[in-house]
Amino acid sequence: MVRGHLVCAALAIALLAAPDAGADGAALVAERCASCHAIEPPAAPQDPVARAERKGPPLHYAGNKFQRDWLVAWLQAPTRIRPAGVHPPTHVKATPQGDVIDPATLPEHPKLSADEARAVADHLMALRPFDERIAAQSYQPQPIALRMGQMNFGKFKGCDACHRDAPDRGGVSGPELYTAGKRLQPAFIASFIADPVAWDPITVMPKADLSDAEVAKLANYLMAIAKEQP
Amino acid sequence: MKGTIAIALLVALTAGPALAAGDARRGKALYQVYCTQCHGLEGNGKGVNAATMAVQPRDHTDRGEMSARTDEELFLAIQQGGKAVNKSVLMPAWGGNLSNEDIDALVAYLRELCCR
Repeated sequence: MVRGHLVCAALAIALLAAPDAGADGAALVAERCASCHAIEPPAAPQDPVARAERKGPPLHYAGNKFQRDWLVAWLQAPTRIRPAGVHPPTHVKATPQGDVIDPATLPEHPKLSADEARAVADHLMALRPFDERIAAQSYQPQPIALRMGQMNFGKFKGCDACHRDAPDRGGVSGPELYTAGKRLQPAFIASFIADPVAWDPITVMPKADLSDAEVAKLANYLMAIAKEQP
Repeated sequence: MKGTIAIALLVALTAGPALAAGDARRGKALYQVYCTQCHGLEGNGKGVNAATMAVQPRDHTDRGEMSARTDEELFLAIQQGGKAVNKSVLMPAWGGNLSNEDIDALVAYLRELCCR
């Protein structure tokens, strides 16, 4: 009799505990992410000067931007994507030789457990306000010769002023791009290059006047160099 | 005597760097966000990206170089990029990101940086 009660009690506890195994993504995002990342679209037009207060990239369109598998893995073992942080002037100091990154000022991204990472990724991947913009994007990844791609990325388009296209090459104020093809959806890459301001009105990525072919060439290069990464 | 002071004041207010009609204080805040990565926290061309750049960013504190540019040229370089003024493609066009008013503000701040 007592044994029966115990079994029942154990079962009840197990059943009650079960939903916990799948952590609550919405609650986790609100609790762990929202203090640095925008998880809601901006309520009013943003002033470019307010970019200085940003602590993390906006996530309210995360589902139109990221690859879920990458998110799940990265949230458990985050690496630095922006060598000089989200707002470089905050993490840079002037020296007689020129400005340098001050590593002491760069915050570490919190690490999530596997359960938490999956729940957060699921919640973020459901944030897709720009499905139509992605659907309108005609970009299809094509192979590209790496040397041509590199020359275009650097010499012709000047992306390397701010972005790294290899761990030891390029500028540091923008996010590194040698893993962009693993992190981001190809259609997002093309759409963002074509019109970064449509995605993020106060981005410091310049809106260049590029043709679809020029956008595709740059996106192809990013897809190609990501494959070179371990 | 009073008249002379008034005239002197008027001249002081209308002469020199006041040519750029933008709001230099706003320009300074915008410069921090959009320009310092390459042109440096102090505007001296030694931004955090400069070390790896094939063409060095303009030193905005260089009075000689900067005085040789008109406000219109500076506006054009910011709005349409280095290419538009026969300079490097590493200077992007900001016309798609910033309003004309904000670009005017940046020009006004550039005048402060170089020439005050």
